[in-house]
Amino acid sequence: MAHELETRVLLEHAEDPALRTLAGYKRLAGGYATQERAYREMEQDEILKELEDSGLRGRGGAGFSMGKKASFLPRGDMAKYLCCNADESEPGAFKDRELMQRNPHQLIEGIAIAALAADAGHAFIFIRGEYDEQADILDAAVAEAYEAGYLGTNILGCHRDLELVVHRGAGAYICGEETALLDALEGKRGNPRLKPPFPAVQGLYGGPTLINNVETLSNVPRIVANGAEWFKGFGTEQSPGTKVVSISGAVRRPGNYEVELGIPTRDLIYGLAGGPDPGHEIKAFYPGGSSSPVLTPAELDLPYSFEAMAEAGSMLGSGSIIVADDRVSIPHMALRTARFYHHESCGKCAPCREGTNWTVKMLERVVRGEATPMDLDIISSVQENIMGHCLCVLGDSMAMPVSAMVRKFRPEFEAVIETAGLDPHVVVSAPAETLGATV
Amino acid sequence: MSPVDGAGVNNPNLPVDQAVSEGRVPGRREEEIPELHEVGCPPELQERIETLMARYPDRRSASIPALWAVQELYGWCTPEGIRQAAAVMRFTPAYLESVASFYDLLHTEPVGRHRIEVCTNISCWMRGGDELLDAFQAAAEGDEDFFVTGFECLGACDIAPMAAIGQRYYGPLEAAEAGTAIAQIKAGEEVLPAKALSERGLAGDAPAPGGSS
Ligand SMILES: Cc1cc2nc3c(=O)[nH]c(=O)nc-3n(C[C@H](O)[C@H](O)[C@H](O)COP(=O)(O)O)c2cc1C
Ligand code: SF4
Ligand code: FES
Repeated sequence: MAHELETRVLLEHAEDPALRTLAGYKRLAGGYATQERAYREMEQDEILKELEDSGLRGRGGAGFSMGKKASFLPRGDMAKYLCCNADESEPGAFKDRELMQRNPHQLIEGIAIAALAADAGHAFIFIRGEYDEQADILDAAVAEAYEAGYLGTNILGCHRDLELVVHRGAGAYICGEETALLDALEGKRGNPRLKPPFPAVQGLYGGPTLINNVETLSNVPRIVANGAEWFKGFGTEQSPGTKVVSISGAVRRPGNYEVELGIPTRDLIYGLAGGPDPGHEIKAFYPGGSSSPVLTPAELDLPYSFEAMAEAGSMLGSGSIIVADDRVSIPHMALRTARFYHHESCGKCAPCREGTNWTVKMLERVVRGEATPMDLDIISSVQENIMGHCLCVLGDSMAMPVSAMVRKFRPEFEAVIETAGLDPHVVVSAPAETLGATV
Repeated sequence: MSPVDGAGVNNPNLPVDQAVSEGRVPGRREEEIPELHEVGCPPELQERIETLMARYPDRRSASIPALWAVQELYGWCTPEGIRQAAAVMRFTPAYLESVASFYDLLHTEPVGRHRIEVCTNISCWMRGGDELLDAFQAAAEGDEDFFVTGFECLGACDIAPMAAIGQRYYGPLEAAEAGTAIAQIKAGEEVLPAKALSERGLAGDAPAPGGSS
């Protein structure tokens, strides 16, 4: 039984392995009935309107209206494309993995309906190469959907075609950035492109392209089935719907929990994820993945919504909470964070390439005690100069959390400089028992 | 607007190759592309890559899948394998090599056939990911069949600290289990069956943790 704080919509029946098969998806969730209705009875504009009215916001990070984005694609008979972003490589994020692993057909049905709304004839799921098991599951599900006539040519006898290819990446976080994803999908090194032109106008192979996250697209069948009003019955006015939230770090029951947007963040971290080990307290948490500015325990009662997180100077991002308790050294956490972005920087633009490299070196000096408190000011000012000056948002994604950590935990940075040589790294807890295991 | 590399800007209806054929496209200098008969490409690799190319509106899109196929066959992206794929795809080998070198999972240097990626990112680090990496490295020390590497977040922070062993996820792992896993791989046994991600249920269905909250 799911916890009372959970609202399982996307993860409904997800505990049942039968959901993975087409037959199980139909039996348990009434699967593909919405696609049939959409293909047989609905006009493109009708679907677009339903999606736009629902207020569904992208679940991949930026939170842009899904229906609006789909309506930006030009009309006409040029080839159009749909790309499902399943790259999920931001530290702390693992919700798309769960959705693909447990309910692949929900995603495929969502893609089929969204492709109708965008008038796309070719769709791709770009999945990170590490998710080999999930890609195998998708491959099997896609084959089933072709077999049953939900994909391919003349779908359901409606004179519409849709090819769907599961495309495995090969290990590069930057490929989650939508234009880098397009380059990778075109078979190149995954470097971001200058925007505009935006992918909706000129994307894959130069054609109009709709790019959406796995969770965004997984929401589509139910919205079209039950209507925009039903969807708005969940969540807040500006953040309608439910959200699968990944919670990890110093909590006793890490995992994915589906909740209505807007529930108190405390309910997520304590009520669902069990809070930190007994005797320990939360020191900081990233509310939206490693690129979100960290928040402090004073902000635990904020509603978990796009607007509340933005107001607090952070972001909901992909919806991934990473918790640090009183044993975690914030300067070391800042260093881990910066190292990640340094490693993943594609090197195309200087502020990010040089800025991430320099920040890592400075933070290494800080934790070795070779820096001075004045260096902390310089670190902060460099972050300011990275923000807003990069070709894509990867540079900002390091600058935002690092500058927030230096600002909010300055005394701790200064103390680390003083106590150079000590390695304050401690293991948060013995690996959790097999929490979450049902076997 | 000038034809951008690879994008069919002038006419989106044209396949990319035709749309940009007048520009200099990286990887397409005919004189540097090896001929199929020169490279000794195994027929099954050729067939596999041709099938992959047919899945995409533009055959260039198959470059990452083709490199995966090369790596599967040879254990890593060998120069010969890259030349073979290049001959089938009609690319310069240098182009495919530039693609391969961009991605962390494609290896352009020899690696052991059993690959283990241990996550050392934020959530795993908090729970002992560094120690786990040390343990795997120690357990595999001196055995060329194994390739152990630290890795960025693998998207499984719920089972931190974790590792990908042969492209499957395991966690939460204790340092001592590194040796067990390596011994199991050597003996051809199933690896850490109780720690496989695929065996887990949803977190919310597990009993709530005890103690005060
Ligand atoms: C560096 C970087 C990495 C990103 N990684 C992902 C990702 O893994 N998955 C994802 O859905 N979006 C990712 N995004 C956001 C995408 O660029 C894009 O906004 C998103 O896929 C759009 O889908 P949505 O509107 O449904 O959220 C990333 C962005 C940046 C700048
Ligand atoms: S910001 Fe970083 S990742 Fe993005 S284009 Fe510039 S160098 Fe590449
Ligand atoms: S931090 Fe290790 S899997 Fe995410």
